[in-house]
Amino acid sequence: MPATPSSKTTADKTSSQNPQKYGLTIGIECHVQLKTKTKLFSEVDNDARGKAPNSCVSPVDYALPGMLPRLNGEAVRLAIRAGAAMNAEINPKSRFDRKHYFYPDSPKGYQITQFYSPIIGAGFIELPSGKKIRIEHAHLEGDAGKLSHYADYSLVDFNRVDTPLLEIVSMPDISSAEEARDYCKELWRNMLFADVTNGDLYNGNMRFDVNISLKKPEATELGTRAEIKNLNSFRSVERAVLYEYERQSKLLDHGEKIVQETRGWSDATGKTTAQRSKEVAQDYRYMPEPDLPPLNLSEDFIQAEYSACPKLPQDYRRDFAKKLPTDTLEVLLDYPLLMSRLSELATDHAAALAYIANLFSSVLLAEENASLLNDKLPEAAKLAELADMKAQNELSSTSAKEIFLKLFEEKHYDKSPRALAKELNLIQENDSAALEALINEVLKDPSTKSAQEDFKNGKEKVLGFLVGSVMKASKGKANPAAVSKLLKNKLK
Amino acid sequence: MKIANQTTSAVSLVQAALGKIDQYQDWHIFTFVNRDAALKRAREIDKKIKNGEPVGRLAGVPYALKDNFLSKEGETTASAKILTGLTSPLNATCVEKLEAEDAIMIGRTNLDAFAHGSSTENSFFGPTKNAFDPERVAGGSSGGSAVAVALGCAEFATGTDTGGSIRQPASFNGVFGIKPTYGAISRYGVVAMASSTDVVGFFAKTPADLDLLMSVASGKDAKDLTSLPDFYGFEDKKLKKKKIGFVKEFVESPALNPELKTALEAKLSAFRSKGYEIVELSLPTLEYALATYYILQPAEVASNLSRYDGIRYGFRSKNLDPAKVCSADENPEKTALDLCYQQTRQEGFMRENKRRIMIGNFVLSSGFYDAYFLKAAKARTLIIKEFEKAFEKVDAILSPVAPNPAFRLGEKVNDPVSMYLEDVMSVPVNLAGIPAVAFPAGWTESNPASKSTKNPTKNPTKNPTKNPVSKLPLGLQLLGPRRSDKQLLEMVEEIL
Repeated sequence: MPATPSSKTTADKTSSQNPQKYGLTIGIECHVQLKTKTKLFSEVDNDARGKAPNSCVSPVDYALPGMLPRLNGEAVRLAIRAGAAMNAEINPKSRFDRKHYFYPDSPKGYQITQFYSPIIGAGFIELPSGKKIRIEHAHLEGDAGKLSHYADYSLVDFNRVDTPLLEIVSMPDISSAEEARDYCKELWRNMLFADVTNGDLYNGNMRFDVNISLKKPEATELGTRAEIKNLNSFRSVERAVLYEYERQSKLLDHGEKIVQETRGWSDATGKTTAQRSKEVAQDYRYMPEPDLPPLNLSEDFIQAEYSACPKLPQDYRRDFAKKLPTDTLEVLLDYPLLMSRLSELATDHAAALAYIANLFSSVLLAEENASLLNDKLPEAAKLAELADMKAQNELSSTSAKEIFLKLFEEKHYDKSPRALAKELNLIQENDSAALEALINEVLKDPSTKSAQEDFKNGKEKVLGFLVGSVMKASKGKANPAAVSKLLKNKLK
Repeated sequence: MKIANQTTSAVSLVQAALGKIDQYQDWHIFTFVNRDAALKRAREIDKKIKNGEPVGRLAGVPYALKDNFLSKEGETTASAKILTGLTSPLNATCVEKLEAEDAIMIGRTNLDAFAHGSSTENSFFGPTKNAFDPERVAGGSSGGSAVAVALGCAEFATGTDTGGSIRQPASFNGVFGIKPTYGAISRYGVVAMASSTDVVGFFAKTPADLDLLMSVASGKDAKDLTSLPDFYGFEDKKLKKKKIGFVKEFVESPALNPELKTALEAKLSAFRSKGYEIVELSLPTLEYALATYYILQPAEVASNLSRYDGIRYGFRSKNLDPAKVCSADENPEKTALDLCYQQTRQEGFMRENKRRIMIGNFVLSSGFYDAYFLKAAKARTLIIKEFEKAFEKVDAILSPVAPNPAFRLGEKVNDPVSMYLEDVMSVPVNLAGIPAVAFPAGWTESNPASKSTKNPTKNPTKNPTKNPVSKLPLGLQLLGPRRSDKQLLEMVEEIL
């Protein structure tokens, strides 16, 4: 997951290379796999991760004759919630249609989709920059199977057939590669926070089709567009747009025409290549799906699902605007669970918020700790206790980090930070009398004599050595700041 | 119908049916005979009866299953080559319900491949012959089922009616047939023809048998979202106006056979004598029903047949060598996959299937959708409304099923338009989704242009007709508003 905060560099590079020569117009279609228990039109498991090919397939999915689709109500509910996450209108009446094409990944010979009357109407996604990208509509449809090709044969796996998809179609409001990336990322975050998808881009849970056209700034009509299909990372979206800008602008520079076509992207070559021309495009022969009655949703049903939508990134931005640094916040906004925990802290343990947010972003999300982040987070009360111990100097920052990480380990799930600190003997000595006793011992030690002299002669650097000696004597439990302060006073 | 009990055994019922099946082999009624399994089930049921255990309402009744119903027994082919070899892992809901009442599937019956046709001549297995004249068609598409009941090969048979496929063969073979309200019986497990007009129904010898079958098979099925909530047997009987209508445009049509017109008038008199008022109705929109049907139906057919590609089940062509099957002007870049689709569908579908696929894809193609499909969909709405208005005036409408009695084998099969015209009086019912009951209404005076001297049956004892072959059955249908299925059966009973 590219979790780098938005950088201005790429966009600047574009405009400096091509100073306003052509305007970019980009619209994006995104397919989101919904995380329902069962498929969109049958009752078999929708989660085929780690399962044998063709093991999650019902006769409805492989299109035995006489089989009829049954609409999964959970998919409808998730779609409404996704609509809420896009600030979109939900259409109380929608319908399903058949989109016909012959290919072995489509057992029925058609895909069931919503061509004429989609479930979700106009909405928008607000980017971190504040710009709103309008959503034209979003509709429910079934996914296709997967083909794998070998030297002289191909195999087909129907496990993915009719996994529920929500196809989200944006208006052509996007005008740079960076904005395209930001839109995809913000859309991904919204779907993740709305809890409608597993959001695993690597496994194709969200796929982006990017439509790009160029026009001269003075032109009133949009240029001919090319569509780049099936991008599955924010970085490839950005790179593909940059490449297409270069490719199309070169053609236009030479007075050539852009062909309306579908292109594929290769991460390896960093290039797009023509797949099929729209001039000989397939005629999908759309037809109303006669096996599914129109979908009629009551206002109450829509309202209930709409309000069931959890807090979204923009809600957190508003809530935490003055409480957390923007950089930290933007990093954490890739993780709904962390944000929900921080929200609890902000309500009940406000003093702990900034410290824990910092631990989340700088320690937990460090690459070496990636394996610790799963669905099981330490409770807010534990995190608050940890923050409090740190604030009270009961823990050094090193010890606090150590305990913080241990809280994520399964064997420590039922322990409190204090219990862990005691068990690991990490509680700091803050008591002045006790510290003074330790200091006196160290100062009596002949091996520190020369350092003491040096300090008195103005060589303040040696203080570190003396503090270290005290820490050693305390077996690491002394509070170094307190020791330092006391030492200075003593040696004056 | 005969049901196994202390006096009649299931085994004797099944054996009698199997005897008839053997006797009428030349009629091409069955695509599969379930001989051993049927006898085995019959013995089990007899054992239950002997032991005093409870048995179902259709205990031991041998029935014929139209070969477009999925059943674990035998191959489900829909009389199409492309489905040959398909063994279903499950039973259609209708089959489940019949078997739960201890009915016994005796065999699968012939049909026009994928139910495309009005004569059963479009079957991959060859045509089924009329029960009363083997030179004539059985009607279709459920020809096998109708003839099976007419000739006693089964006590009842299942059928499907997309544009008349139960009523027309019922009337050609002198049996009763019900085309229920759309959605009354689950379509789950029935090979789809045109989903928005397909219904499951039955053939039997009496309205009472059809009533029993409806009460067994109808009802909401979670596996078919277009199935209606249970209504059969719960209809409001107070709706009766005691009025029967007839459609002026049908009765005055020059295409209507005069003997059918006479039979219709006779039955109207019968209703009048039972205290019904007879009302002449003008339904001018029905003129457009046939054209509407032959746009919407092929569109759905083309879509529903898309799944038959030779990849997952059924027949796959072995002629996949481009050098042998591609002509010189064909795309030389044709892939192995393209060829697999092309050859499998080329060899696996009948001519009529292909004709409908082409018409359907044409009316759905971009640029023509609005002019054809959408316009037809609007016309359909007008037809629905016209029937609704008519049923404000009358309880039911009496009509011929088809303009003529059974025609000759080969007479229309190469003339699709005259074959489609067979459906002119049956398809409005399907477009409107209303129920209709087809019932026998007498016989022709003589066999029109009879060639009875050249009877092709070699063995005269195999001649099925108790009636002289010179006469053919005449059939009529009674149509009612949605959910009036049971009242229609009761009204038909009144005038028998």
